[in-house]
Amino acid sequence: MTKEYLFAGFGGQGLLFSGKVLAYKGLIENKNVSWLPSYGPEMRGGTANCSVILSDDPVGAPIVLTPDVLVAMNNPSLDKYENAVRSGGVILVDSSLIERKVNRDDVSVYYVPATKLASDEGAPTLANMILMGKLLTVLGDYNEETVNKALEKCISARHADMKELNRKMMEIGKNYTE
Amino acid sequence: MKGNEAIAEAAIQAGCRHYFGYPITPQTEIAAYMAKRMPKIGGTFLQAESEIAAINMVYGVSSAGKRVMTSSSSPGISLKSEGLSYLAGSDLPALVVNAQRGGPGLGGIQPSQSDYFQATRGGGHGDYHMIVLAPSSVQEMADLTIKGFELADQYRMTAMVLADGTIGQMMEPVSFDFEIKEQIAKPWATTGTKMARKHNVVNSLYLNPEQLEKTNFERYERYEVIKQNETLCEEYLCDDADIIIAAFGIAARVSKNAVNEARANGIKAGLIRPITLWPFPEKVFAKHAEHAKQIISVELSMGQMIEDVRLATSCKVPVTLCCRVGGMIPTPDQVYNAIVEANEKGGK
Repeated sequence: MTKEYLFAGFGGQGLLFSGKVLAYKGLIENKNVSWLPSYGPEMRGGTANCSVILSDDPVGAPIVLTPDVLVAMNNPSLDKYENAVRSGGVILVDSSLIERKVNRDDVSVYYVPATKLASDEGAPTLANMILMGKLLTVLGDYNEETVNKALEKCISARHADMKELNRKMMEIGKNYTE
Repeated sequence: MKGNEAIAEAAIQAGCRHYFGYPITPQTEIAAYMAKRMPKIGGTFLQAESEIAAINMVYGVSSAGKRVMTSSSSPGISLKSEGLSYLAGSDLPALVVNAQRGGPGLGGIQPSQSDYFQATRGGGHGDYHMIVLAPSSVQEMADLTIKGFELADQYRMTAMVLADGTIGQMMEPVSFDFEIKEQIAKPWATTGTKMARKHNVVNSLYLNPEQLEKTNFERYERYEVIKQNETLCEEYLCDDADIIIAAFGIAARVSKNAVNEARANGIKAGLIRPITLWPFPEKVFAKHAEHAKQIISVELSMGQMIEDVRLATSCKVPVTLCCRVGGMIPTPDQVYNAIVEANEKGGK
Protein backbone atom coordinates (compact mmCIF):
# COMPACT_ATOMS: atom_id res chain seq x y z
CA MET A 1 0.00 0.00 0.00
CA THR A 2 1.18 3.51 -0.81
CA LYS A 3 0.02 6.71 0.81
CA GLU A 4 0.96 10.13 -0.50
CA TYR A 5 0.98 13.22 1.69
CA LEU A 6 1.29 16.88 0.78
CA PHE A 7 1.97 19.59 3.36
CA ALA A 8 1.52 23.10 1.97
CA GLY A 9 1.63 26.64 3.30
CA PHE A 10 3.98 29.55 3.91
CA GLY A 11 7.69 29.16 4.54
CA GLY A 12 8.39 29.19 8.28
CA GLN A 13 5.26 27.31 9.33
CA GLY A 14 7.20 24.12 9.85
CA LEU A 15 5.68 22.13 7.01
CA LEU A 16 8.98 20.60 6.01
CA PHE A 17 9.50 19.59 9.60
CA SER A 18 6.05 17.99 9.79
CA GLY A 19 6.88 15.97 6.72
CA LYS A 20 10.17 14.94 8.22
CA VAL A 21 8.53 13.65 11.39
CA LEU A 22 6.04 11.68 9.30
CA ALA A 23 8.80 10.25 7.09
CA TYR A 24 10.91 9.18 10.08
CA LYS A 25 7.86 7.65 11.73
CA GLY A 26 7.32 5.65 8.54
CA LEU A 27 10.97 4.63 8.44
CA ILE A 28 10.82 3.44 12.04
CA GLU A 29 7.73 1.44 11.08
CA ASN A 30 9.77 -0.26 8.33
CA LYS A 31 8.09 1.45 5.40
CA ASN A 32 9.74 2.71 2.24
CA VAL A 33 9.74 6.49 2.48
CA SER A 34 10.60 9.59 0.52
CA TRP A 35 10.55 13.25 1.57
CA LEU A 36 10.85 16.02 -0.97
CA PRO A 37 10.73 19.74 -0.18
CA SER A 38 9.81 22.49 -2.59
CA TYR A 39 10.27 26.10 -1.62
CA GLY A 40 11.44 29.46 -2.82
CA PRO A 41 14.64 31.24 -1.86
CA GLU A 42 13.07 32.92 1.20
CA MET A 43 13.82 31.71 4.74
CA ARG A 44 10.32 32.83 5.85
CA GLY A 45 7.27 33.70 3.78
CA GLY A 46 6.89 32.60 0.19
CA THR A 47 5.26 29.26 -0.48
CA ALA A 48 6.61 26.01 0.83
CA ASN A 49 5.40 22.51 0.42
CA CYS A 50 6.63 19.07 1.14
CA SER A 51 5.82 15.71 -0.47
CA VAL A 52 6.01 12.59 1.67
CA ILE A 53 5.36 9.08 0.41
CA LEU A 54 5.05 6.05 2.69
CA SER A 55 4.82 2.72 0.94
CA ASP A 56 5.22 -1.01 1.31
CA ASP A 57 6.98 -1.01 -2.09
CA PRO A 58 10.00 0.97 -3.29
CA VAL A 59 9.02 4.58 -3.94
CA GLY A 60 9.06 5.66 -7.60
CA ALA A 61 8.53 9.31 -8.42
CA PRO A 62 8.92 11.25 -5.15
CA ILE A 63 6.73 14.17 -6.22
CA VAL A 64 3.19 14.08 -4.85
CA LEU A 65 0.72 15.44 -7.41
CA THR A 66 -2.47 13.68 -6.33
CA PRO A 67 -2.21 13.40 -2.55
CA ASP A 68 -4.20 11.04 -0.39
CA VAL A 69 -3.72 13.55 2.38
CA LEU A 70 -3.42 17.34 2.13
CA VAL A 71 -2.47 19.54 5.06
CA ALA A 72 -3.15 23.17 4.08
CA MET A 73 -1.87 26.05 6.19
CA ASN A 74 -2.78 28.99 3.99
CA ASN A 75 -5.38 30.07 1.44
CA PRO A 76 -3.24 29.85 -1.70
CA SER A 77 -2.28 26.26 -0.83
CA LEU A 78 -5.87 25.18 -0.37
CA ASP A 79 -6.86 26.93 -3.63
CA LYS A 80 -4.00 25.26 -5.46
CA TYR A 81 -4.23 21.71 -4.18
CA GLU A 82 -7.85 21.21 -3.09
CA ASN A 83 -8.88 19.64 -6.38
CA ALA A 84 -5.76 17.50 -6.64
CA VAL A 85 -6.65 15.39 -3.58
CA ARG A 86 -7.74 11.87 -4.45
CA SER A 87 -11.39 11.03 -4.02
CA GLY A 88 -11.82 9.45 -0.60
CA GLY A 89 -8.77 11.33 0.68
CA VAL A 90 -8.29 13.62 3.66
CA ILE A 91 -7.89 17.40 3.84
CA LEU A 92 -6.74 19.05 7.04
CA VAL A 93 -7.21 22.80 7.23
CA ASP A 94 -5.72 25.30 9.66
CA SER A 95 -8.99 27.14 10.16
CA SER A 96 -7.43 30.05 12.03
CA LEU A 97 -5.64 31.01 8.80
CA ILE A 98 -8.10 29.74 6.20
CA GLU A 99 -11.61 31.12 6.59
CA ARG A 100 -13.32 29.41 3.70
CA LYS A 101 -14.65 25.87 3.65
CA VAL A 102 -13.47 23.09 1.39
CA ASN A 103 -15.70 22.75 -1.67
CA ARG A 104 -15.54 18.99 -2.09
CA ASP A 105 -17.87 16.36 -0.71
CA ASP A 106 -15.89 13.26 -1.72
CA VAL A 107 -13.11 13.76 0.81
CA SER A 108 -12.97 13.87 4.61
CA VAL A 109 -12.27 17.39 5.82
CA TYR A 110 -11.09 18.44 9.26
CA TYR A 111 -10.92 22.05 10.42
CA VAL A 112 -8.48 22.74 13.24
CA PRO A 113 -7.72 26.32 14.39
CA ALA A 114 -4.15 25.17 14.89
CA THR A 115 -2.39 28.52 14.84
CA LYS A 116 -4.82 29.91 17.42
CA LEU A 117 -4.52 26.85 19.66
CA ALA A 118 -0.74 27.02 19.41
CA SER A 119 -0.73 30.75 20.21
CA ASP A 120 -2.88 30.07 23.28
CA GLU A 121 -0.09 27.79 24.46
CA GLY A 122 2.48 30.50 23.79
CA ALA A 123 4.01 28.60 20.88
CA PRO A 124 2.47 29.99 17.68
CA THR A 125 5.18 28.38 15.54
CA LEU A 126 4.13 24.88 16.57
CA ALA A 127 0.70 24.92 14.88
CA ASN A 128 2.21 22.37 12.49
CA MET A 129 2.52 19.81 15.28
CA ILE A 130 -1.08 20.32 16.40
CA LEU A 131 -2.13 19.52 12.85
CA MET A 132 0.19 16.51 12.85
CA GLY A 133 -1.40 15.18 16.04
CA LYS A 134 -4.87 15.57 14.56
CA LEU A 135 -3.80 14.07 11.24
CA LEU A 136 -2.36 10.90 12.71
CA THR A 137 -5.44 10.54 14.92
CA VAL A 138 -7.96 10.79 12.08
CA LEU A 139 -5.87 8.37 10.04
CA GLY A 140 -5.87 5.93 12.95
CA ASP A 141 -2.12 6.07 12.82
CA TYR A 142 -1.16 7.72 16.12
CA ASN A 143 1.41 5.35 17.56
CA GLU A 144 2.90 6.95 20.71
CA GLU A 145 6.06 4.93 20.52
CA THR A 146 7.00 5.59 16.90
CA VAL A 147 5.88 9.21 17.13
CA ASN A 148 8.22 9.75 20.06
CA LYS A 149 11.08 8.01 18.31
CA ALA A 150 10.51 10.13 15.21
CA LEU A 151 10.58 13.32 17.30
CA GLU A 152 13.83 12.15 18.88
CA LYS A 153 15.29 11.79 15.38
CA CYS A 154 14.03 15.11 14.05
CA ILE A 155 14.83 17.45 16.92
CA SER A 156 18.54 18.13 17.23
CA ALA A 157 20.40 17.99 20.53
CA ARG A 158 20.67 21.77 20.45
CA HIS A 159 16.89 22.03 20.64
CA ALA A 160 16.35 19.08 22.98
CA ASP A 161 14.25 21.28 25.25
CA MET A 162 11.69 21.55 22.43
CA LYS A 163 10.91 17.85 22.36
CA GLU A 164 8.44 17.95 25.22
CA LEU A 165 6.66 20.99 23.76
CA ASN A 166 6.34 19.32 20.36
CA ARG A 167 4.91 16.25 22.02
CA LYS A 168 2.46 18.37 23.98
CA MET A 169 1.30 20.12 20.81
CA MET A 170 0.68 16.80 19.13
CA GLU A 171 -1.40 15.75 22.14
CA ILE A 172 -3.48 18.92 21.81
CA GLY A 173 -4.10 18.09 18.16
CA LYS A 174 -4.93 14.52 19.02
CA ASN A 175 -7.55 15.55 21.57
CA TYR A 176 -9.07 18.43 19.60
CA THR A 177 -12.64 17.98 18.44
CA GLU A 178 -14.57 20.47 16.35
CA MET B 1 19.19 11.75 4.98
CA LYS B 2 19.15 14.28 2.14
CA GLY B 3 20.76 13.31 -1.16
CA ASN B 4 23.32 16.09 -0.86
CA GLU B 5 24.28 14.97 2.64
CA ALA B 6 24.61 11.38 1.40
CA ILE B 7 27.19 12.59 -1.13
CA ALA B 8 29.15 14.40 1.56
CA GLU B 9 29.13 11.49 4.01
CA ALA B 10 30.08 9.01 1.27
CA ALA B 11 32.99 11.24 0.23
CA ILE B 12 34.29 11.26 3.77
CA GLN B 13 33.96 7.49 3.99
CA ALA B 14 35.84 7.20 0.70
CA GLY B 15 38.76 8.94 2.35
CA CYS B 16 38.26 12.42 0.94
CA ARG B 17 39.68 14.89 3.44
CA HIS B 18 39.72 18.00 1.27
CA TYR B 19 36.65 19.90 0.15
CA PHE B 20 36.63 23.27 -1.56
CA GLY B 21 33.40 24.94 -2.52
CA TYR B 22 31.29 28.00 -2.90
CA PRO B 23 27.64 28.05 -1.86
CA ILE B 24 24.88 27.79 -4.45
CA THR B 25 21.35 26.40 -4.29
CA PRO B 26 20.46 23.52 -4.54
CA GLN B 27 23.68 21.86 -3.37
CA THR B 28 24.68 23.92 -0.33
CA GLU B 29 23.96 21.03 2.06
CA ILE B 30 27.14 19.38 0.77
CA ALA B 31 29.25 22.34 1.81
CA ALA B 32 27.37 22.67 5.10
CA TYR B 33 27.92 19.00 5.93
CA MET B 34 31.61 19.24 5.07
CA ALA B 35 32.01 22.41 7.13
CA LYS B 36 30.66 20.56 10.14
CA ARG B 37 32.51 17.27 9.69
CA MET B 38 35.91 18.02 8.14
CA PRO B 39 37.42 19.91 11.10
CA LYS B 40 36.48 17.00 13.40
CA ILE B 41 38.34 14.40 11.34
CA GLY B 42 41.45 16.38 10.52
CA GLY B 43 40.26 17.36 7.06
CA THR B 44 40.05 20.65 5.23
CA PHE B 45 36.85 22.50 4.49
CA LEU B 46 37.38 25.75 2.71
CA GLN B 47 34.79 28.13 1.34
CA ALA B 48 36.73 29.73 -1.47
CA GLU B 49 36.25 33.27 -2.75
CA SER B 50 34.72 31.92 -5.95
CA GLU B 51 33.96 28.74 -7.85
CA ILE B 52 37.06 29.28 -9.99
CA ALA B 53 39.27 29.47 -6.92
CA ALA B 54 37.67 26.32 -5.51
CA ILE B 55 38.32 24.20 -8.59
CA ASN B 56 41.93 25.37 -8.73
CA MET B 57 42.39 24.41 -5.09
CA VAL B 58 41.11 20.99 -6.14
CA TYR B 59 43.81 20.97 -8.82
CA GLY B 60 46.43 21.69 -6.20
CA VAL B 61 45.41 18.98 -3.74
CA SER B 62 44.96 16.45 -6.51
CA SER B 63 48.48 17.17 -7.73
CA ALA B 64 49.69 16.23 -4.28
CA GLY B 65 47.94 12.86 -4.63
CA LYS B 66 45.06 13.27 -2.19
CA ARG B 67 41.39 12.56 -2.75
CA VAL B 68 39.61 15.87 -3.20
CA MET B 69 36.27 17.21 -4.31
CA THR B 70 34.19 20.24 -5.06
CA SER B 71 30.50 20.69 -5.69
CA SER B 72 28.27 23.27 -7.24
CA SER B 73 25.16 23.77 -9.31
CA SER B 74 24.82 24.67 -12.97
CA PRO B 75 26.01 28.33 -13.14
CA GLY B 76 28.84 27.46 -10.76
CA ILE B 77 29.91 24.51 -12.90
CA SER B 78 30.21 26.85 -15.89
CA LEU B 79 32.65 28.89 -13.82
CA LYS B 80 34.59 25.76 -12.91
CA SER B 81 34.84 24.61 -16.50
CA GLU B 82 38.23 26.16 -17.09
CA GLY B 83 39.56 24.18 -14.14
CA LEU B 84 37.91 20.99 -15.40
CA SER B 85 39.81 21.34 -18.65
CA TYR B 86 43.09 21.92 -16.80
CA LEU B 87 42.48 18.86 -14.61
CA ALA B 88 41.93 16.81 -17.76
CA GLY B 89 45.02 18.25 -19.44
CA SER B 90 47.08 17.35 -16.41
CA ASP B 91 45.48 13.90 -15.97
CA LEU B 92 44.43 14.65 -12.42
CA PRO B 93 41.75 12.70 -10.55
CA ALA B 94 38.97 14.67 -8.85
CA LEU B 95 35.34 14.34 -7.92
CA VAL B 96 32.99 17.14 -8.95
CA VAL B 97 29.29 17.23 -8.10
CA ASN B 98 26.74 19.14 -10.12
CA ALA B 99 23.28 19.34 -8.55
CA GLN B 100 21.70 20.78 -11.67
CA ARG B 101 19.19 23.63 -11.68
CA GLY B 102 17.26 25.25 -14.50
CA GLY B 103 19.15 27.40 -16.99
CA PRO B 104 20.56 28.98 -19.05
CA GLY B 105 22.14 31.90 -17.24
CA LEU B 106 21.26 32.13 -13.58
CA GLY B 107 18.07 30.30 -14.52
CA GLY B 108 16.18 29.19 -11.42
CA ILE B 109 16.76 27.10 -8.34
CA GLN B 110 14.47 24.20 -9.23
CA PRO B 111 15.74 20.88 -10.62
CA SER B 112 16.87 20.35 -14.18
CA GLN B 113 18.94 18.03 -16.38
CA SER B 114 19.95 20.62 -18.91
CA ASP B 115 23.69 20.33 -18.24
CA TYR B 116 23.82 16.93 -19.96
CA PHE B 117 25.72 18.24 -22.98
CA GLN B 118 28.12 20.20 -20.80
CA ALA B 119 28.89 17.21 -18.60
CA THR B 120 29.11 14.46 -21.19
CA ARG B 121 31.16 16.57 -23.60
CA GLY B 122 33.61 17.62 -20.91
CA GLY B 123 32.51 21.15 -20.10
CA GLY B 124 35.65 23.10 -20.84
CA HIS B 125 37.83 23.50 -23.91
CA GLY B 126 39.94 20.85 -25.56
CA ASP B 127 39.59 17.15 -26.35
CA TYR B 128 38.57 15.37 -23.19
CA HIS B 129 35.83 13.62 -21.27
CA MET B 130 34.80 13.21 -17.68
CA ILE B 131 33.25 10.05 -16.30
CA VAL B 132 29.67 11.16 -15.66
CA LEU B 133 27.60 9.31 -13.06
CA ALA B 134 23.86 9.91 -12.76
CA PRO B 135 22.24 8.84 -9.46
CA SER B 136 18.48 8.41 -9.23
CA SER B 137 18.11 7.77 -5.51
CA VAL B 138 19.68 8.98 -2.31
CA GLN B 139 21.37 5.59 -1.94
CA GLU B 140 22.96 6.00 -5.36
CA MET B 141 24.15 9.48 -4.42
CA ALA B 142 26.31 7.71 -1.84
CA ASP B 143 27.23 4.67 -3.95
CA LEU B 144 28.23 6.66 -7.03
CA THR B 145 30.24 9.16 -5.02
CA ILE B 146 32.44 6.34 -3.77
CA LYS B 147 32.60 4.80 -7.23
CA GLY B 148 33.46 8.22 -8.65
CA PHE B 149 36.51 8.56 -6.40
CA GLU B 150 37.69 5.07 -7.31
CA LEU B 151 37.28 5.56 -11.06
CA ALA B 152 38.88 9.00 -10.93
CA ASP B 153 41.98 7.59 -9.25
CA GLN B 154 42.12 4.53 -11.47
CA TYR B 155 41.93 6.45 -14.76
CA ARG B 156 43.46 9.74 -13.58
CA MET B 157 40.56 11.91 -14.62
CA THR B 158 37.61 13.84 -13.25
CA ALA B 159 34.48 11.94 -12.30
CA MET B 160 31.34 14.04 -12.14
CA VAL B 161 28.26 13.11 -10.15
CA LEU B 162 25.53 14.68 -12.26
CA ALA B 163 22.62 14.96 -9.88
CA ASP B 164 19.73 17.36 -9.86
CA GLY B 165 17.97 19.56 -7.34
CA THR B 166 15.34 16.92 -6.59
CA ILE B 167 17.64 14.06 -5.66
CA GLY B 168 19.87 16.52 -3.81
CA GLN B 169 17.03 17.89 -1.70
CA MET B 170 14.98 14.77 -1.13
CA MET B 171 15.35 12.49 1.88
CA GLU B 172 15.33 8.72 1.67
CA PRO B 173 16.83 6.02 3.81
CA VAL B 174 20.45 5.34 2.93
CA SER B 175 22.85 2.65 4.09
CA PHE B 176 26.57 3.28 4.51
CA ASP B 177 27.46 -0.34 4.82
CA PHE B 178 30.31 -0.22 2.30
CA GLU B 179 33.54 -1.99 1.89
CA ILE B 180 35.88 0.84 0.95
CA LYS B 181 38.74 -0.34 -1.26
CA GLU B 182 42.24 0.72 -0.36
CA GLN B 183 43.33 3.77 -2.36
CA ILE B 184 45.72 3.02 -5.19
CA ALA B 185 49.26 4.37 -5.15
CA LYS B 186 49.93 7.61 -7.03
CA PRO B 187 53.61 7.54 -7.98
CA TRP B 188 53.07 10.58 -10.23
CA ALA B 189 52.02 12.87 -7.37
CA THR B 190 54.11 15.86 -6.34
CA THR B 191 54.79 14.77 -2.80
CA GLY B 192 58.37 15.99 -2.48
CA THR B 193 61.36 14.13 -3.91
CA LYS B 194 63.29 13.95 -0.63
CA MET B 195 66.27 14.00 -3.03
CA ALA B 196 65.55 10.34 -3.71
CA ARG B 197 63.77 10.48 -7.05
CA LYS B 198 63.35 12.66 -10.11
CA HIS B 199 60.87 15.52 -9.96
CA ASN B 200 57.27 14.75 -10.80
CA VAL B 201 55.72 17.39 -13.02
CA VAL B 202 51.98 18.06 -13.17
CA ASN B 203 51.20 20.35 -16.06
CA SER B 204 48.80 20.85 -18.94
CA LEU B 205 51.04 23.00 -21.12
CA TYR B 206 52.74 21.24 -24.05
CA LEU B 207 54.25 23.69 -26.51
CA ASN B 208 55.57 20.89 -28.68
CA PRO B 209 52.61 19.85 -30.87
CA GLU B 210 53.92 16.32 -31.41
CA GLN B 211 54.07 15.77 -27.70
CA LEU B 212 50.63 17.31 -27.14
CA GLU B 213 49.18 15.10 -29.85
CA LYS B 214 50.70 12.09 -28.13
CA THR B 215 49.09 12.94 -24.78
CA ASN B 216 45.72 13.31 -26.48
CA PHE B 217 46.03 9.98 -28.27
CA GLU B 218 47.03 8.29 -25.03
CA ARG B 219 44.11 9.83 -23.20
CA TYR B 220 41.67 8.58 -25.80
CA GLU B 221 43.11 5.06 -25.62
CA ARG B 222 42.31 5.19 -21.92
CA TYR B 223 38.80 6.38 -22.75
CA GLU B 224 38.30 3.28 -24.90
CA VAL B 225 39.18 1.06 -21.94
CA ILE B 226 36.66 2.97 -19.82
CA LYS B 227 33.96 2.52 -22.47
CA GLN B 228 34.62 -1.22 -22.45
CA ASN B 229 34.78 -1.73 -18.71
CA GLU B 230 32.89 0.94 -16.85
CA THR B 231 29.60 1.51 -18.64
CA LEU B 232 26.64 1.09 -16.29
CA CYS B 233 22.92 1.08 -16.82
CA GLU B 234 19.70 -0.39 -15.48
CA GLU B 235 17.42 -2.26 -17.87
CA TYR B 236 13.88 -2.48 -16.53
CA LEU B 237 11.37 -4.74 -18.31
CA CYS B 238 13.15 -4.18 -21.63
CA ASP B 239 13.47 -7.68 -23.03
CA ASP B 240 10.04 -7.86 -24.68
CA ALA B 241 9.33 -4.13 -24.73
CA ASP B 242 7.69 -2.39 -27.68
CA ILE B 243 8.05 1.06 -26.21
CA ILE B 244 11.25 1.89 -24.35
CA ILE B 245 11.81 4.93 -22.20
CA ALA B 246 15.32 6.37 -21.98
CA ALA B 247 15.71 8.39 -18.82
CA PHE B 248 18.24 9.05 -16.06
CA GLY B 249 18.15 10.53 -12.57
CA ILE B 250 14.83 11.92 -11.38
CA ALA B 251 13.29 11.51 -14.85
CA ALA B 252 13.89 7.75 -14.58
CA ARG B 253 12.01 7.59 -11.27
CA VAL B 254 9.01 9.31 -12.80
CA SER B 255 9.27 7.10 -15.90
CA LYS B 256 9.36 3.88 -13.89
CA ASN B 257 5.93 4.72 -12.46
CA ALA B 258 4.68 5.29 -16.00
CA VAL B 259 6.18 2.02 -17.25
CA ASN B 260 4.49 0.12 -14.41
CA GLU B 261 1.20 1.83 -15.25
CA ALA B 262 1.61 0.90 -18.92
CA ARG B 263 2.38 -2.73 -18.08
CA ALA B 264 -0.70 -2.84 -15.84
CA ASN B 265 -2.71 -1.76 -18.89
CA GLY B 266 -1.23 -4.35 -21.19
CA ILE B 267 1.32 -2.18 -22.99
CA LYS B 268 4.78 -3.69 -23.27
CA ALA B 269 6.84 -0.78 -21.97
CA GLY B 270 10.37 -0.80 -20.56
CA LEU B 271 13.00 1.57 -19.25
CA ILE B 272 16.69 1.96 -19.95
CA ARG B 273 18.29 4.07 -17.26
CA PRO B 274 21.88 5.05 -18.01
CA ILE B 275 23.86 5.23 -14.76
CA THR B 276 27.01 6.34 -16.55
CA LEU B 277 26.12 9.10 -19.03
CA TRP B 278 29.70 9.08 -20.25
CA PRO B 279 30.50 6.39 -21.20
CA PHE B 280 26.98 6.07 -22.62
CA PRO B 281 25.44 2.55 -22.63
CA GLU B 282 25.41 2.42 -26.42
CA LYS B 283 25.37 -1.35 -26.70
CA VAL B 284 22.30 -1.74 -24.56
CA PHE B 285 20.41 0.77 -26.67
CA ALA B 286 21.60 -0.88 -29.88
CA LYS B 287 20.42 -4.26 -28.61
CA HIS B 288 16.92 -3.09 -27.74
CA ALA B 289 16.58 -0.99 -30.89
CA GLU B 290 16.26 -4.32 -32.70
CA HIS B 291 12.87 -5.07 -31.18
CA ALA B 292 11.48 -1.79 -29.85
CA LYS B 293 8.93 0.07 -31.93
CA GLN B 294 9.77 3.43 -30.45
CA ILE B 295 12.09 4.96 -27.88
CA ILE B 296 10.96 7.94 -25.84
CA SER B 297 13.66 10.05 -24.23
CA VAL B 298 12.27 11.58 -21.04
CA GLU B 299 14.38 14.52 -19.95
CA LEU B 300 14.34 17.69 -17.88
CA SER B 301 15.90 19.45 -20.84
CA MET B 302 14.90 20.42 -24.36
CA GLY B 303 16.36 17.13 -25.58
CA GLN B 304 20.06 16.52 -24.98
CA MET B 305 20.47 12.83 -24.17
CA ILE B 306 18.14 12.12 -27.09
CA GLU B 307 21.09 12.79 -29.43
CA ASP B 308 23.12 10.02 -27.79
CA VAL B 309 20.13 7.68 -27.96
CA ARG B 310 19.81 8.36 -31.70
CA LEU B 311 23.54 7.80 -32.22
CA ALA B 312 23.52 4.60 -30.21
CA THR B 313 20.56 3.19 -32.11
CA SER B 314 21.83 4.39 -35.51
CA CYS B 315 18.33 5.85 -35.98
CA LYS B 316 16.96 2.33 -36.54
CA VAL B 317 13.95 3.16 -34.44
CA PRO B 318 12.06 6.45 -34.03
CA VAL B 319 13.22 8.37 -30.96
CA THR B 320 10.89 11.03 -29.58
CA LEU B 321 11.17 13.49 -26.73
CA CYS B 322 8.98 13.91 -23.66
CA CYS B 323 10.20 16.78 -21.52
CA ARG B 324 9.60 19.53 -19.00
CA VAL B 325 12.17 22.25 -18.42
CA GLY B 326 13.02 25.30 -16.36
CA GLY B 327 12.59 23.52 -13.03
CA MET B 328 9.39 21.69 -13.94
CA ILE B 329 9.27 17.89 -13.72
CA PRO B 330 7.26 15.61 -16.01
CA THR B 331 4.45 13.75 -14.26
CA PRO B 332 4.04 9.97 -14.48
CA ASP B 333 0.76 10.67 -16.34
CA GLN B 334 2.55 12.76 -18.95
CA VAL B 335 5.04 9.96 -19.57
CA TYR B 336 2.29 7.35 -19.54
CA ASN B 337 0.32 9.30 -22.16
CA ALA B 338 3.45 9.50 -24.32
CA ILE B 339 3.79 5.71 -24.04
CA VAL B 340 0.14 5.16 -25.00
CA GLU B 341 0.45 7.50 -27.96
CA ALA B 342 3.66 5.80 -29.14
CA ASN B 343 2.05 2.38 -28.74
CA GLU B 344 -0.96 3.40 -30.83
CA LYS B 345 1.12 4.96 -33.58
CA GLY B 346 3.23 1.86 -33.72
CA GLY B 347 6.57 3.47 -34.56
CA LYS B 348 8.63 1.45 -36.98
